[in-house]
Amino acid sequence: MSGLSYLNSPLITHLINHSLTMRNLLIFISKYNAFFLFVIFEVSALVIYIKYNSFQKATFINSTNQVTGNLYAQLNKLQSYLSLREVNDNLARENAILKDQLKSSFYVDTIARHKVTDTVYKQQYEYIDAAVINNSINRRNNYLTINKGSRAGIAKGMGVICSSGVVGKVVVVGEHMSVVQSLLHKETIISASLAGTKDLGSFIWGDDLNPHMGLLYNVSNNATPKLGELVVTSDLSLFPAGIPVGKIANLHSKSGKGSFLNMDVAIAVDFSKLQYVYVVSNKLAKEQLGLEAQQKKDE
Amino acid sequence: MSRSIILNIIRFILLVFIQVFLLKNITLYNLSTPYLYILFILLLPFETPNLLLFALAFILGLTIDAFYDTPGLHATACVLLAFVRILFISITVQKEGFDNEPEPTLSLMGFRWFFTYAFVLTLFHHFFLFNLEVFRFSEIQYTLIRVVLSSIFTVFLMLISGLLFLKSRERK
Repeated sequence: MSGLSYLNSPLITHLINHSLTMRNLLIFISKYNAFFLFVIFEVSALVIYIKYNSFQKATFINSTNQVTGNLYAQLNKLQSYLSLREVNDNLARENAILKDQLKSSFYVDTIARHKVTDTVYKQQYEYIDAAVINNSINRRNNYLTINKGSRAGIAKGMGVICSSGVVGKVVVVGEHMSVVQSLLHKETIISASLAGTKDLGSFIWGDDLNPHMGLLYNVSNNATPKLGELVVTSDLSLFPAGIPVGKIANLHSKSGKGSFLNMDVAIAVDFSKLQYVYVVSNKLAKEQLGLEAQQKKDE
Repeated sequence: MSRSIILNIIRFILLVFIQVFLLKNITLYNLSTPYLYILFILLLPFETPNLLLFALAFILGLTIDAFYDTPGLHATACVLLAFVRILFISITVQKEGFDNEPEPTLSLMGFRWFFTYAFVLTLFHHFFLFNLEVFRFSEIQYTLIRVVLSSIFTVFLMLISGLLFLKSRERK
Protein backbone atom coordinates (compact mmCIF):
# COMPACT_ATOMS: atom_id res chain seq x y z
CA MET A 1 0.00 0.00 0.00
CA SER A 2 2.70 2.36 1.07
CA GLY A 3 4.73 1.66 -2.10
CA LEU A 4 1.77 2.52 -4.31
CA SER A 5 1.23 5.86 -2.70
CA TYR A 6 4.94 6.50 -3.11
CA LEU A 7 4.53 5.95 -6.89
CA ASN A 8 1.60 8.31 -7.08
CA SER A 9 3.54 11.19 -5.59
CA PRO A 10 3.69 14.20 -7.91
CA LEU A 11 7.49 14.28 -7.88
CA ILE A 12 7.77 10.81 -9.48
CA THR A 13 5.17 11.50 -12.17
CA HIS A 14 7.02 14.67 -12.96
CA LEU A 15 10.29 12.75 -13.26
CA ILE A 16 8.68 10.10 -15.51
CA ASN A 17 7.16 12.77 -17.71
CA HIS A 18 10.49 14.52 -17.89
CA SER A 19 12.40 11.41 -18.93
CA LEU A 20 9.70 10.76 -21.55
CA THR A 21 10.23 14.15 -23.12
CA MET A 22 13.97 13.59 -23.02
CA ARG A 23 13.48 10.27 -24.79
CA ASN A 24 11.21 11.86 -27.35
CA LEU A 25 13.86 14.45 -28.04
CA LEU A 26 16.49 11.74 -28.53
CA ILE A 27 14.18 9.81 -30.85
CA PHE A 28 13.51 13.00 -32.78
CA ILE A 29 17.21 13.72 -33.16
CA SER A 30 18.09 10.17 -34.21
CA LYS A 31 15.20 10.09 -36.68
CA TYR A 32 16.33 13.25 -38.40
CA ASN A 33 20.04 12.73 -37.77
CA ALA A 34 20.84 13.44 -41.43
CA PHE A 35 19.53 16.96 -41.08
CA PHE A 36 21.36 17.72 -37.84
CA LEU A 37 24.63 16.31 -39.19
CA PHE A 38 24.09 18.38 -42.32
CA VAL A 39 23.69 21.56 -40.29
CA ILE A 40 26.81 20.86 -38.23
CA PHE A 41 29.06 20.10 -41.20
CA GLU A 42 27.61 22.85 -43.38
CA VAL A 43 28.13 25.49 -40.72
CA SER A 44 31.73 24.45 -40.11
CA ALA A 45 32.47 24.48 -43.86
CA LEU A 46 30.88 27.91 -44.23
CA VAL A 47 32.88 29.23 -41.30
CA ILE A 48 36.08 28.10 -43.03
CA TYR A 49 34.92 29.65 -46.30
CA ILE A 50 33.96 33.02 -44.86
CA LYS A 51 36.94 33.25 -42.55
CA TYR A 52 39.64 32.48 -45.08
CA ASN A 53 38.37 33.78 -48.40
CA SER A 54 37.17 37.31 -47.98
CA PHE A 55 40.16 38.59 -46.03
CA GLN A 56 43.21 36.46 -46.63
CA LYS A 57 43.94 32.98 -47.81
CA ALA A 58 44.38 30.24 -45.23
CA THR A 59 48.02 29.80 -44.49
CA PHE A 60 47.91 26.04 -44.62
CA ILE A 61 44.94 24.90 -46.72
CA ASN A 62 46.34 26.23 -49.98
CA SER A 63 49.06 25.56 -52.45
CA THR A 64 51.89 26.97 -50.35
CA ASN A 65 51.21 23.84 -48.33
CA GLN A 66 54.05 21.34 -48.59
CA VAL A 67 52.07 18.45 -50.08
CA THR A 68 50.03 20.24 -52.71
CA GLY A 69 52.93 22.57 -53.46
CA ASN A 70 55.25 19.65 -54.13
CA LEU A 71 52.71 17.90 -56.33
CA TYR A 72 52.22 21.06 -58.37
CA ALA A 73 55.99 21.55 -58.67
CA GLN A 74 56.33 18.01 -60.07
CA LEU A 75 53.51 18.55 -62.54
CA ASN A 76 55.01 21.85 -63.58
CA LYS A 77 58.32 20.16 -64.40
CA LEU A 78 56.48 17.95 -66.84
CA GLN A 79 54.45 20.75 -68.36
CA SER A 80 57.40 23.11 -68.76
CA TYR A 81 59.22 20.40 -70.69
CA LEU A 82 56.41 20.35 -73.22
CA SER A 83 56.61 24.07 -73.93
CA LEU A 84 60.40 24.46 -73.94
CA ARG A 85 60.54 25.72 -77.51
CA GLU A 86 58.16 28.58 -76.85
CA VAL A 87 59.94 29.54 -73.64
CA ASN A 88 63.27 29.52 -75.47
CA ASP A 89 61.89 31.86 -78.12
CA ASN A 90 60.60 34.22 -75.44
CA LEU A 91 63.88 34.19 -73.55
CA ALA A 92 65.86 34.83 -76.71
CA ARG A 93 63.63 37.80 -77.53
CA GLU A 94 63.95 39.15 -74.01
CA ASN A 95 67.73 38.71 -74.12
CA ALA A 96 67.82 40.77 -77.27
CA ILE A 97 65.88 43.57 -75.61
CA LEU A 98 68.12 43.48 -72.54
CA LYS A 99 71.24 43.54 -74.70
CA ASP A 100 69.96 46.71 -76.30
CA GLN A 101 70.04 48.30 -72.88
CA LEU A 102 73.56 47.21 -72.01
CA LYS A 103 76.14 49.88 -71.41
CA SER A 104 78.24 48.43 -74.20
CA SER A 105 75.54 49.05 -76.76
CA PHE A 106 75.48 52.78 -76.00
CA TYR A 107 77.94 55.27 -77.24
CA VAL A 108 79.66 56.91 -74.27
CA ASP A 109 80.04 60.71 -74.70
CA THR A 110 81.89 61.72 -71.59
CA ILE A 111 83.03 60.21 -68.36
CA ALA A 112 81.23 62.88 -66.36
CA ARG A 113 77.87 61.59 -67.51
CA HIS A 114 78.52 58.24 -65.94
CA LYS A 115 79.19 59.82 -62.59
CA VAL A 116 75.94 61.74 -62.77
CA THR A 117 74.04 58.59 -63.60
CA ASP A 118 75.50 56.83 -60.59
CA THR A 119 74.60 59.41 -58.00
CA VAL A 120 71.38 60.85 -59.30
CA TYR A 121 69.60 57.60 -60.08
CA LYS A 122 69.04 55.42 -57.09
CA GLN A 123 67.56 52.08 -57.93
CA GLN A 124 63.90 52.08 -56.92
CA TYR A 125 62.58 48.84 -58.35
CA GLU A 126 64.17 45.45 -57.97
CA TYR A 127 62.98 42.40 -59.92
CA ILE A 128 62.89 38.86 -58.55
CA ASP A 129 62.33 36.19 -61.17
CA ALA A 130 60.06 33.23 -60.38
CA ALA A 131 58.41 30.33 -62.19
CA VAL A 132 54.65 29.81 -62.16
CA ILE A 133 53.87 26.37 -60.74
CA ASN A 134 50.09 26.60 -60.52
CA ASN A 135 47.70 28.72 -62.51
CA SER A 136 44.03 28.98 -63.35
CA ILE A 137 42.07 31.16 -65.76
CA ASN A 138 38.59 29.71 -65.84
CA ARG A 139 37.18 30.73 -62.48
CA ARG A 140 35.70 34.02 -61.25
CA ASN A 141 38.65 34.52 -58.90
CA ASN A 142 41.94 33.24 -60.21
CA TYR A 143 45.22 32.81 -58.37
CA LEU A 144 48.68 31.65 -59.37
CA THR A 145 51.36 30.06 -57.24
CA ILE A 146 55.02 30.94 -57.84
CA ASN A 147 58.08 29.08 -56.66
CA LYS A 148 59.74 31.88 -54.63
CA GLY A 149 58.82 33.03 -51.16
CA SER A 150 59.99 35.13 -48.24
CA ARG A 151 63.48 33.62 -48.51
CA ALA A 152 63.90 35.24 -51.91
CA GLY A 153 62.72 38.58 -50.50
CA ILE A 154 59.09 38.50 -51.57
CA ALA A 155 56.58 40.25 -49.32
CA LYS A 156 52.80 40.62 -49.33
CA GLY A 157 51.46 43.36 -51.60
CA MET A 158 54.29 43.37 -54.16
CA GLY A 159 53.35 43.64 -57.83
CA VAL A 160 53.97 40.82 -60.30
CA ILE A 161 54.71 41.37 -64.00
CA CYS A 162 55.99 39.27 -66.88
CA SER A 163 57.79 40.13 -70.09
CA SER A 164 54.53 41.04 -71.84
CA GLY A 165 52.74 42.97 -69.09
CA VAL A 166 51.02 43.10 -65.70
CA VAL A 167 50.19 39.79 -64.00
CA GLY A 168 48.90 40.55 -60.49
CA LYS A 169 49.69 41.12 -56.83
CA VAL A 170 51.24 38.91 -54.13
CA VAL A 171 48.66 38.00 -51.46
CA VAL A 172 50.17 35.16 -49.42
CA VAL A 173 53.86 34.51 -48.84
CA GLY A 174 55.26 31.20 -47.67
CA GLU A 175 58.90 30.42 -47.05
CA HIS A 176 59.49 28.91 -50.50
CA MET A 177 56.34 29.77 -52.43
CA SER A 178 53.84 32.58 -52.75
CA VAL A 179 50.29 32.95 -54.00
CA VAL A 180 49.55 35.75 -56.47
CA GLN A 181 46.11 37.25 -57.01
CA SER A 182 45.87 37.33 -60.77
CA LEU A 183 44.57 40.18 -62.93
CA LEU A 184 41.66 37.80 -63.61
CA HIS A 185 40.08 38.32 -60.19
CA LYS A 186 36.85 39.93 -59.01
CA GLU A 187 38.69 42.23 -56.62
CA THR A 188 41.71 43.27 -58.67
CA ILE A 189 41.64 46.95 -59.60
CA ILE A 190 44.67 48.57 -61.23
CA SER A 191 45.27 52.25 -61.76
CA ALA A 192 46.06 52.52 -65.47
CA SER A 193 46.48 55.28 -68.01
CA LEU A 194 46.35 55.72 -71.76
CA ALA A 195 49.90 55.52 -73.11
CA GLY A 196 49.58 58.54 -75.41
CA THR A 197 47.67 61.15 -73.42
CA LYS A 198 48.36 59.90 -69.86
CA ASP A 199 44.64 60.07 -68.97
CA LEU A 200 44.02 58.09 -65.81
CA GLY A 201 41.45 55.31 -65.39
CA SER A 202 40.81 52.11 -63.46
CA PHE A 203 41.28 48.68 -64.96
CA ILE A 204 39.24 45.64 -63.89
CA TRP A 205 38.55 42.22 -65.35
CA GLY A 206 35.28 41.98 -67.33
CA ASP A 207 32.46 39.95 -65.77
CA ASP A 208 32.02 37.50 -68.66
CA LEU A 209 35.08 35.48 -67.53
CA ASN A 210 36.94 35.99 -70.82
CA PRO A 211 40.66 35.72 -69.93
CA HIS A 212 41.63 38.02 -72.80
CA MET A 213 39.32 40.98 -72.11
CA GLY A 214 39.15 43.63 -69.40
CA LEU A 215 37.47 46.96 -68.82
CA LEU A 216 39.02 50.42 -68.41
CA TYR A 217 36.57 52.80 -66.75
CA ASN A 218 36.45 56.20 -65.06
CA VAL A 219 38.49 57.79 -67.84
CA SER A 220 37.95 61.54 -68.05
CA ASN A 221 35.41 62.60 -70.69
CA ASN A 222 37.98 64.94 -72.24
CA ALA A 223 40.26 62.06 -73.17
CA THR A 224 40.51 61.02 -76.81
CA PRO A 225 41.35 57.33 -76.78
CA LYS A 226 42.09 55.63 -80.09
CA LEU A 227 41.36 52.06 -81.08
CA GLY A 228 44.47 49.95 -80.55
CA GLU A 229 46.10 52.45 -78.20
CA LEU A 230 48.25 50.93 -75.46
CA VAL A 231 46.99 51.01 -71.86
CA VAL A 232 49.82 51.09 -69.31
CA THR A 233 50.16 51.21 -65.52
CA SER A 234 50.03 54.73 -64.13
CA ASP A 235 52.37 56.43 -61.67
CA LEU A 236 49.83 55.76 -58.91
CA SER A 237 49.91 51.97 -59.14
CA LEU A 238 52.17 49.61 -57.22
CA PHE A 239 53.89 48.72 -60.47
CA PRO A 240 56.58 50.75 -62.17
CA ALA A 241 54.86 53.27 -64.48
CA GLY A 242 54.50 52.29 -68.12
CA ILE A 243 54.13 48.50 -67.85
CA PRO A 244 51.61 47.44 -70.53
CA VAL A 245 48.18 46.26 -69.35
CA GLY A 246 46.57 45.81 -72.75
CA LYS A 247 45.32 47.48 -75.92
CA ILE A 248 42.01 49.23 -76.43
CA ALA A 249 39.74 46.89 -78.38
CA ASN A 250 36.41 48.73 -78.23
CA LEU A 251 35.80 52.38 -77.40
CA HIS A 252 32.28 51.99 -76.00
CA SER A 253 31.98 49.06 -73.66
CA LYS A 254 28.62 47.31 -73.30
CA SER A 255 29.12 46.59 -69.62
CA GLY A 256 29.34 50.29 -68.80
CA LYS A 257 30.36 51.37 -65.33
CA GLY A 258 30.21 54.88 -63.90
CA SER A 259 29.35 58.02 -65.85
CA PHE A 260 32.72 58.56 -67.50
CA LEU A 261 34.32 56.92 -70.54
CA ASN A 262 34.39 53.11 -70.62
CA MET A 263 36.38 50.97 -73.01
CA ASP A 264 37.13 47.28 -73.52
CA VAL A 265 40.79 46.38 -73.24
CA ALA A 266 42.43 43.30 -74.76
CA ILE A 267 44.71 42.05 -71.97
CA ALA A 268 48.40 41.99 -72.98
CA VAL A 269 49.36 38.88 -71.02
CA ASP A 270 48.19 35.47 -72.20
CA PHE A 271 47.47 33.91 -68.79
CA SER A 272 46.97 30.43 -70.20
CA LYS A 273 50.62 30.32 -71.27
CA LEU A 274 52.22 32.07 -68.31
CA GLN A 275 55.47 30.39 -67.23
CA TYR A 276 57.96 32.91 -65.83
CA VAL A 277 57.18 36.11 -63.97
CA TYR A 278 59.03 38.92 -62.17
CA VAL A 279 58.06 40.10 -58.72
CA VAL A 280 58.59 43.86 -58.40
CA SER A 281 59.98 45.04 -55.12
CA ASN A 282 59.60 48.78 -54.71
CA LYS A 283 62.43 49.94 -52.46
CA LEU A 284 60.75 53.22 -51.66
CA ALA A 285 57.34 51.72 -50.91
CA LYS A 286 58.01 51.59 -47.18
CA GLU A 287 58.99 55.24 -47.07
CA GLN A 288 55.92 56.24 -49.08
CA LEU A 289 53.55 54.24 -46.88
CA GLY A 290 55.18 55.62 -43.74
CA LEU A 291 54.81 59.20 -44.93
CA GLU A 292 51.21 58.72 -45.96
CA ALA A 293 50.36 57.10 -42.63
CA GLN A 294 51.99 60.02 -40.81
CA GLN A 295 50.05 62.52 -42.90
CA LYS A 296 46.80 60.77 -41.97
CA LYS A 297 47.73 60.93 -38.30
CA ASP A 298 48.50 64.65 -38.52
CA GLU A 299 45.15 65.51 -40.06
CA MET B 1 33.28 -5.05 -46.98
CA SER B 2 37.03 -4.49 -46.96
CA ARG B 3 36.99 -4.77 -50.75
CA SER B 4 34.49 -1.94 -50.89
CA ILE B 5 36.68 0.19 -48.60
CA ILE B 6 39.77 -0.32 -50.75
CA LEU B 7 37.77 0.32 -53.91
CA ASN B 8 36.49 3.61 -52.49
CA ILE B 9 39.93 4.76 -51.36
CA ILE B 10 41.31 4.12 -54.85
CA ARG B 11 38.32 5.92 -56.35
CA PHE B 12 38.88 8.91 -54.04
CA ILE B 13 42.55 9.30 -55.00
CA LEU B 14 41.92 8.70 -58.69
CA LEU B 15 39.06 11.22 -58.90
CA VAL B 16 40.99 13.90 -56.99
CA PHE B 17 43.99 13.44 -59.32
CA ILE B 18 41.84 13.59 -62.45
CA GLN B 19 40.08 16.69 -61.12
CA VAL B 20 43.10 18.77 -60.10
CA PHE B 21 45.57 17.78 -62.80
CA LEU B 22 43.33 17.33 -65.82
CA LEU B 23 39.84 18.79 -65.49
CA LYS B 24 41.05 21.91 -63.68
CA ASN B 25 42.54 23.13 -66.96
CA ILE B 26 39.47 22.37 -69.05
CA THR B 27 36.78 24.91 -69.82
CA LEU B 28 34.47 25.37 -72.78
CA TYR B 29 33.89 28.97 -73.92
CA ASN B 30 34.40 30.23 -70.32
CA LEU B 31 31.02 28.70 -69.55
CA SER B 32 31.34 25.02 -68.85
CA THR B 33 33.74 23.62 -66.26
CA PRO B 34 33.39 19.98 -65.19
CA TYR B 35 33.64 18.93 -61.53
CA LEU B 36 33.79 15.15 -61.90
CA TYR B 37 35.17 14.53 -58.39
CA ILE B 38 31.66 14.55 -56.84
CA LEU B 39 31.20 11.13 -58.46
CA PHE B 40 32.95 9.76 -55.36
CA ILE B 41 30.08 10.87 -53.12
CA LEU B 42 27.45 9.67 -55.59
CA LEU B 43 28.94 6.18 -55.73
CA LEU B 44 29.37 5.54 -51.99
CA PRO B 45 27.51 2.37 -50.84
CA PHE B 46 23.86 2.71 -49.80
CA GLU B 47 24.56 1.52 -46.25
CA THR B 48 27.15 4.23 -45.54
CA PRO B 49 26.20 5.73 -42.13
CA ASN B 50 25.16 9.36 -42.35
CA LEU B 51 27.98 10.55 -40.11
CA LEU B 52 30.60 8.84 -42.28
CA LEU B 53 28.96 10.16 -45.44
CA PHE B 54 29.10 13.75 -44.23
CA ALA B 55 32.65 13.37 -42.93
CA LEU B 56 33.82 11.93 -46.26
CA ALA B 57 32.07 14.70 -48.22
CA PHE B 58 33.70 17.30 -45.99
CA ILE B 59 37.18 15.76 -46.38
CA LEU B 60 36.78 15.40 -50.15
CA GLY B 61 35.73 19.05 -50.40
CA LEU B 62 38.66 20.24 -48.31
CA THR B 63 41.09 18.17 -50.41
CA ILE B 64 39.82 19.78 -53.60
CA ASP B 65 39.90 23.18 -51.87
CA ALA B 66 43.56 22.68 -51.01
CA PHE B 67 44.37 22.37 -54.71
CA TYR B 68 41.97 25.09 -55.86
CA ASP B 69 43.07 27.63 -53.20
CA THR B 70 39.49 28.16 -52.03
CA PRO B 71 39.32 26.95 -48.40
CA GLY B 72 35.77 25.91 -47.51
CA LEU B 73 34.10 26.51 -50.89
CA HIS B 74 34.05 22.95 -52.21
CA ALA B 75 33.61 21.55 -48.69
CA THR B 76 30.37 23.52 -48.30
CA ALA B 77 29.04 22.40 -51.66
CA CYS B 78 29.99 18.76 -50.99
CA VAL B 79 28.24 18.65 -47.60
CA LEU B 80 25.09 20.00 -49.25
CA LEU B 81 25.50 17.34 -51.94
CA ALA B 82 25.67 14.61 -49.27
CA PHE B 83 22.44 15.88 -47.72
CA VAL B 84 20.63 15.96 -51.07
CA ARG B 85 21.91 12.44 -51.74
CA ILE B 86 20.33 11.16 -48.51
CA LEU B 87 17.01 12.85 -49.35
CA PHE B 88 17.00 11.62 -52.95
CA ILE B 89 17.76 8.02 -52.02
CA SER B 90 15.19 7.94 -49.21
CA ILE B 91 12.51 9.25 -51.59
CA THR B 92 13.19 7.12 -54.66
CA VAL B 93 14.53 3.80 -53.37
CA GLN B 94 12.92 1.23 -51.04
CA LYS B 95 15.26 0.05 -48.36
CA GLU B 96 14.25 -3.62 -48.60
CA GLY B 97 15.52 -4.51 -52.00
CA PHE B 98 19.12 -3.64 -51.46
CA ASP B 99 20.95 -6.67 -50.16
CA ASN B 100 22.49 -7.43 -53.50
CA GLU B 101 22.79 -3.83 -54.71
CA PRO B 102 25.43 -2.24 -52.53
CA GLU B 103 26.32 0.84 -54.61
CA PRO B 104 24.24 3.23 -56.71
CA THR B 105 26.21 2.65 -59.92
CA LEU B 106 24.97 2.91 -63.47
CA SER B 107 25.29 -0.81 -64.08
CA LEU B 108 23.29 -1.79 -60.99
CA MET B 109 20.55 0.83 -60.95
CA GLY B 110 19.83 1.23 -64.65
CA PHE B 111 20.25 4.23 -66.91
CA ARG B 112 17.03 6.07 -66.10
CA TRP B 113 17.45 6.10 -62.33
CA PHE B 114 21.17 6.87 -62.43
CA PHE B 115 20.75 9.69 -64.92
CA THR B 116 18.07 11.43 -62.81
CA TYR B 117 20.11 10.83 -59.64
CA ALA B 118 23.33 12.21 -61.14
CA PHE B 119 21.66 15.17 -62.83
CA VAL B 120 19.64 16.35 -59.82
CA LEU B 121 22.58 16.03 -57.42
CA THR B 122 25.02 17.70 -59.80
CA LEU B 123 22.62 20.59 -60.36
CA PHE B 124 22.36 21.19 -56.60
CA HIS B 125 26.12 20.99 -56.12
CA HIS B 126 26.97 23.27 -59.05
CA PHE B 127 24.26 25.79 -58.23
CA PHE B 128 25.57 26.19 -54.71
CA LEU B 129 29.24 26.12 -55.73
CA PHE B 130 29.05 28.76 -58.47
CA ASN B 131 26.79 31.10 -56.55
CA LEU B 132 28.93 30.91 -53.44
CA GLU B 133 32.02 31.61 -55.52
CA VAL B 134 30.58 34.58 -57.43
CA PHE B 135 28.44 35.85 -54.52
CA ARG B 136 26.77 38.58 -56.55
CA PHE B 137 23.15 38.95 -57.55
CA SER B 138 24.01 41.22 -60.46
CA GLU B 139 25.65 38.33 -62.30
CA ILE B 140 22.95 35.76 -61.50
CA GLN B 141 21.84 35.22 -65.11
CA TYR B 142 25.34 34.47 -66.33
CA THR B 143 26.01 32.27 -63.30
CA LEU B 144 22.86 30.21 -63.91
CA ILE B 145 23.90 29.58 -67.52
CA ARG B 146 27.27 28.40 -66.21
CA VAL B 147 25.57 26.14 -63.64
CA VAL B 148 23.41 24.41 -66.26
CA LEU B 149 26.12 24.00 -68.90
CA SER B 150 28.69 22.80 -66.36
CA SER B 151 26.19 20.29 -64.95
CA ILE B 152 25.61 18.88 -68.42
CA PHE B 153 29.36 18.53 -68.93
CA THR B 154 29.85 16.86 -65.53
CA VAL B 155 26.95 14.42 -65.97
CA PHE B 156 28.24 13.58 -69.44
CA LEU B 157 31.63 12.63 -67.97
CA MET B 158 29.91 10.64 -65.19
CA LEU B 159 27.90 8.62 -67.71
CA ILE B 160 31.01 7.93 -69.77
CA SER B 161 32.90 6.65 -66.73
CA GLY B 162 29.80 4.63 -65.72
CA LEU B 163 29.68 3.02 -69.15
CA LEU B 164 33.37 2.12 -68.94
CA PHE B 165 32.77 0.10 -65.77
CA LEU B 166 29.47 -1.31 -67.04
CA LYS B 167 31.35 -3.10 -69.79
CA SER B 168 34.03 -4.57 -67.56
CA ARG B 169 31.42 -5.97 -65.15
CA GLU B 170 29.32 -7.59 -67.82
CA ARG B 171 32.35 -9.39 -69.16
CA LYS B 172 33.00 -10.84 -65.73
